[in-house]
Amino acid sequence: MAVIDLANPTRFLTLVNRVLPWLIGATALVFAYGLYRVAGAPDDYQQGATVKIMYLHVPGAWLGMMGWGVMTVAALGTLVWRHPLADVAGKAAAPIGAGFTFICLATGMLWGRPMWGTYWVWDARLTSVLVLFLLYLGMLALYWTAEDPNRSARAAAILALVGAVNIPIIKFSVDWWNTLHQPASVVRMGGAAIDASILVPLLIMALAFTLLFFTLHFAAMRNEILRRRVRSMRMMQAREVPV
Amino acid sequence: MNPFLALIGRDMRLAIRVGGGALMGALFYFTVVAMTPFAIGPDLNLLARIGPAILWLGALLASLLALDRLFATDHEDGSLDLLMMGTMPLELAVAAKAIAHWLTTALPLIVITPVLGLMLNVEMSAMGWVALTLLAGTPALTFIGLIGAALAVTLRRGGLLLAVLVLPLTVPVLIFGVAAANAAIIGPAPFGPPFTILCALSLASLVLGPVAAAAALRQGLE
Amino acid sequence: MSTDLIELCAKDLACERGGRLVFSGLNFAVSSGEALVVTGRNGAGKSTLLRLIAGLLRKSAGELDLTGGAAGADEATVAEQSHYLGHLDAVKPALSVGENLRFWTTYLGAPRGAPIRPALEAIDLAQLSDLPAAYLSAGQRRRLSIARLVAVPRPLWLLDEPTSALDTQSQSRLAELMRNHRAGGGMIVAAAHGPIGLDDSRELKLDAQAGAGS
Repeated sequence: MAVIDLANPTRFLTLVNRVLPWLIGATALVFAYGLYRVAGAPDDYQQGATVKIMYLHVPGAWLGMMGWGVMTVAALGTLVWRHPLADVAGKAAAPIGAGFTFICLATGMLWGRPMWGTYWVWDARLTSVLVLFLLYLGMLALYWTAEDPNRSARAAAILALVGAVNIPIIKFSVDWWNTLHQPASVVRMGGAAIDASILVPLLIMALAFTLLFFTLHFAAMRNEILRRRVRSMRMMQAREVPV
Repeated sequence: MNPFLALIGRDMRLAIRVGGGALMGALFYFTVVAMTPFAIGPDLNLLARIGPAILWLGALLASLLALDRLFATDHEDGSLDLLMMGTMPLELAVAAKAIAHWLTTALPLIVITPVLGLMLNVEMSAMGWVALTLLAGTPALTFIGLIGAALAVTLRRGGLLLAVLVLPLTVPVLIFGVAAANAAIIGPAPFGPPFTILCALSLASLVLGPVAAAAALRQGLE
Repeated sequence: MSTDLIELCAKDLACERGGRLVFSGLNFAVSSGEALVVTGRNGAGKSTLLRLIAGLLRKSAGELDLTGGAAGADEATVAEQSHYLGHLDAVKPALSVGENLRFWTTYLGAPRGAPIRPALEAIDLAQLSDLPAAYLSAGQRRRLSIARLVAVPRPLWLLDEPTSALDTQSQSRLAELMRNHRAGGGMIVAAAHGPIGLDDSRELKLDAQAGAGS
């Protein structure tokens, strides 16, 4: 099937309905295997088992950023190619991306308690994720405020692109702000190469999260298409009654 | 159902439907509070000390800015005319709108306060006290802001005018709100007196706000 | 509606807006079953007069009274006994058609538990009851706005260009509703440029210059 065929929402729906069960199955399998590998991964000599929060925390951050990436591509699709599904894809990605970002923040806070003795420190990485989360919330508010999906599409696309341009700048500013105020006193992972016993489960979990993202994204796109159909059918219903 | 409850119900429904403003206040509050450390630095001790003040300022701004459209939407679609022709006194109608607004804007804001408190390094136990002062004080903010919202709609101006009109009036609420929160967390002053005054301010504005707002709407008739 | 005679009576009515005298020395009376059509050029003060009767504007001089009617009606203000149908429809797009009407009927004081279905049927919107009002056309919104006049009994209808946005079928539907209202002892004061389907109505011509009514 050529990509252009997918421009047709009906064809896209048939494709989603065919692919979704497989995606769900694959997600479940990879998750199961990933969790099994995580259970077998070594504990940290200082942090003990709490280090395993990382296997949720880090993929959450990655997928949170990828969500904005999907929205950026969708925004280009809306503004440049005027692809009929682009806005649907962008709108469906926003709450999912926000969800993964939230997972990253929540697990970060839970992880911070034993590590730092407090739920939150204004660590540069965590703070960048927080700003990303705020951007997501703004995007959701934008979709929420507009009653007409056609009108919100372009506004959301522009916001997504502006966000994409700004995210690196924000990241840089936060790093600068943080080092200015708080010399690297915070324990950070990384530095030396990560051992394979940690890296492999992490990558498997990242794959599981990615599959989950696309499963949710496809399902959300399907729902959004159906929601728009319901909307236009109801508008037709209003037209049929004597004006 | 009586007209008073019907109006509360309608406004709450409008707020939570698509295009409504529910949660927008809480979102603004979250953003403002999360921005503060970028201005004053991530020093946790400092943040813990001024945390209640930041939360109160955020709540103040969020409550007032969200009030901007309270009467404006009803004015634009003609609903305000009909609201004035009801069998219920306009004061009660105005109060019903304010209550609906408080429930959909201020209440979510109070609910997320503990999370923000964590980010500002305010102790878990202290968060309950801060939330309690907000619970007691935000009705005063809403009902004082109500007057500004009514004045703004009769002048056909919104946004910043409302804040400029109303912010000075909220000084007592801010003083006693933060004082009560600090008393609960740091001491040594007792919590009771500022908290009681805060409750008194809320109760007084509960009466004064609707009366003044209804008067403003009637005077501004054109 | 009670069969008691109700009368709306205006004496030496004057209104000032923004320092300009819109009209003054206006005298008229409308009683049960009667209709008064206010005519005049743009800016003559037709809408102003209706809003003044509805209590949405203050009169600068004169008297305006609604006398007679149901027990206790003397206590109620003119505004509480009138329906005002202005240029704006007071319809919330986010609410469904039924929710919109139910709110206004409750708010404007319909008897407890009064059904809204008959009013929706009277203006052909019953099938759309569950639909968000956002999907309605301008004419349908107008009709939804008219539905509240039917749903809540009030003796005086103040109609400002009621036929705007309505097609001929809906116009005759409105004419029928107005006939029923008058037959039940109601009164209508309408502002209009052309005919709006009121039989044997009297005319009140507003003159923009001197402001003296007939």
